[in-house]
Amino acid sequence: MKTLLSPLHNGGSIPLATLPHADNDSFYQGVLDAVSGGWRVASYFGVPQGSGAELYCVLASKADGTIGVARTRVENSFPSLAEACPQLHLFEREIAEQCSLTPLGHPWLKPVRFQRPFGNGASYWHETDGKGLLPGVMPYYQVEGEEIHEVAVGPVHAGIIEPGHFRFQCHGEEVFSLEISLGFQHRGIEKALMGGPYPQTIYQVEAIAGDTSIGHAQAYCMAIEALAGGRVPPHAEVVRGIALELERLANHAGDLGAIAGDVGYLPTASFCGRIRGDFLNMSAVICGSRFGRGVVRPGGVGFICGKSQTDDLLRRLEAARADLENAVELLWSTPSVMARLEDTGTVSGDTAREIGLVGPAARASGLNRDVRRDHPYGIFRMGQIPVVTAQAGDVYARTLLRWLEAERSMNFIEEQLRQLPAGGILTTPGNLGASSIAVSLTEGWRGEVCHTAITDDVGRFSRYKIVDPSFHNWLGLSLALRGQQISDFPLCNKSFNLSYCGFDL
Amino acid sequence: MLRAILARMKQGHRTMPYPKEPVPLPEYFRGFPELSPRQCPADCRDCAASCPFGAISCTGGLSLDMGKCLFCADCGAVANGLVRFTQDHRLATSSRAELVIRPDSTRALARPLEQKRLSLFSRSLKLREVSAGGCNACEADTNVLATIGWDLGRFGIQFVASPRHADGIWVTGPVTENMREALLMTYEAIPSPKIVIACGACAINAGPFQGQTEAGCGVEGLLPVDLYIPGCPPHPVTILDGILRTLDKIS
Repeated sequence: MKTLLSPLHNGGSIPLATLPHADNDSFYQGVLDAVSGGWRVASYFGVPQGSGAELYCVLASKADGTIGVARTRVENSFPSLAEACPQLHLFEREIAEQCSLTPLGHPWLKPVRFQRPFGNGASYWHETDGKGLLPGVMPYYQVEGEEIHEVAVGPVHAGIIEPGHFRFQCHGEEVFSLEISLGFQHRGIEKALMGGPYPQTIYQVEAIAGDTSIGHAQAYCMAIEALAGGRVPPHAEVVRGIALELERLANHAGDLGAIAGDVGYLPTASFCGRIRGDFLNMSAVICGSRFGRGVVRPGGVGFICGKSQTDDLLRRLEAARADLENAVELLWSTPSVMARLEDTGTVSGDTAREIGLVGPAARASGLNRDVRRDHPYGIFRMGQIPVVTAQAGDVYARTLLRWLEAERSMNFIEEQLRQLPAGGILTTPGNLGASSIAVSLTEGWRGEVCHTAITDDVGRFSRYKIVDPSFHNWLGLSLALRGQQISDFPLCNKSFNLSYCGFDL
Repeated sequence: MLRAILARMKQGHRTMPYPKEPVPLPEYFRGFPELSPRQCPADCRDCAASCPFGAISCTGGLSLDMGKCLFCADCGAVANGLVRFTQDHRLATSSRAELVIRPDSTRALARPLEQKRLSLFSRSLKLREVSAGGCNACEADTNVLATIGWDLGRFGIQFVASPRHADGIWVTGPVTENMREALLMTYEAIPSPKIVIACGACAINAGPFQGQTEAGCGVEGLLPVDLYIPGCPPHPVTILDGILRTLDKIS
């Protein structure tokens, strides 16, 4: 296994020449061995080459903070490893769709985004009547029986929310199976990045998932900095960390309110809906944009966080902390709320580990994984945020976890604001190294973001692979619904709150 | 129950006094772009070249198209002092052409609907939102309008679950290929008369995804738009300003 994987650390890059072309069998066996030895699959993708492709697998080891990369070359098809290693199932389907290769023996070979392949040839999936791919149209898992009814939701959903399609097989109120079909938000970002970086690139990266602008922009900038060399000034590292945690806080506060709303508990729903805005406004203090657009730039940050900003932020933080604590306390002390949250939408620790969940959803099922601690980057190499886990894996655990993480993020932000170093905000990076590969991981608020950049012989991206945490986690939601009441679907969905556009790219 | 009442007393009444009073905006807020052209060399195209999305034009004098602008302020025009983003949050317009700013053009704010639809909708407007490839930022800052700070309901405006209950469609996102049919079907399902609102740079002109086939080109040309709200994403006060002007609730 060690000889198969070329090691690097988070935010590092190595020349492609040092990455051996493993033979097919060693590659597949090596990946399976690594996973059973405790490595996790961060990314698995194809780079089209001629009639076939090069398959790259990026694995992460918590034990020593190492990231390992392996590659092999295939033509037309490759054996599916999904049955032995479920973490790979969606990546293999994505390779089929993007590179027109068949994963032989894949147990669930269905479209991922209903996109055309990179080579611009015919779509991998059967096109209906020559009209092109119809998103959401595919054979769904069905349960037969007179008392079974099938419920279809989406793409247009009831609220102001992104589109996705949910297909339930129900017996009365009980859900036997939920299958999720996405791709409606597909904008072709990975294709747009090829040949880059372009002037448009950083703005497209910030819009991969608009509520995770910092998480993705950070990963992108780390990849650029890895390939170009050069150091990010300390002031910038701290501001990046603060911005990332503010993003986490805004979304956690919003989710706590939304979860309360979905059980009909309006006090917390109302309060948190407003408090989320307080955190967004804090991001705006740093950069003028509530969503942190413009903060993270290659080589540093785009704005100075001076004394007036730090004083303002500390004041706002204190007020928001008091408000949030007051609003969230109500949830735990209201039995009718707890009755809805506890034992609903449970994902066991074993299932979570098997399918490779990341982020708060994983930690709520007892998995102790967090990129900030396992693969420290930026300011997290200096300042540690304690990792929180829960055991139950139900909606309550995912809700409680958000509050506990929020508390710790607020502590971290306060600490960093009080010791923010002065100095430069950005060191312009040089040209990107040619024929290299870089991997960057960040802990976005939904979980692990993984960017893998491969440059060609003139230092342009030949492939840029983006993995949003939602790519790992949508299956978790499907499994959480099994055996649950269909009326608990909105609650379970909110307890995960995954990104549709982050998945769709 | 008592806890909830005590909490409510502690949290207080937090609905903002807007529009009676202005909304406080941060120092780095980027609102309406003020253009101050100089005697530029006749063949200089530096400012235009510095915007990856073609928002700036140097042909026939300096102009900035708010429909293409992401309000990132990274352009050469800002660096050279020809464009300055002000604290003025009022960006929304009623026509696509009015989004293009010239130094000598009169400021165009959103106008009220024509008499027929105004009499129908000014006191009660129900909107159906469709995210046609949006990144969730425009969606989130639209959603926030229903929260107690902004309280959209006090203006008689509400987002509804079904297009059958709606008076208009609210579009975010560049209208991806995969969402095009769903968007058009939703629009058809809304009974006439109806209005169309394009919220955000993507909905107006595909935002950062211009030129990407999969991403589409925005809703302009696809549906008849009554209100354009530029920004990436537009601040909630910009959104509110646009919709309230359209309903003749502020002038």
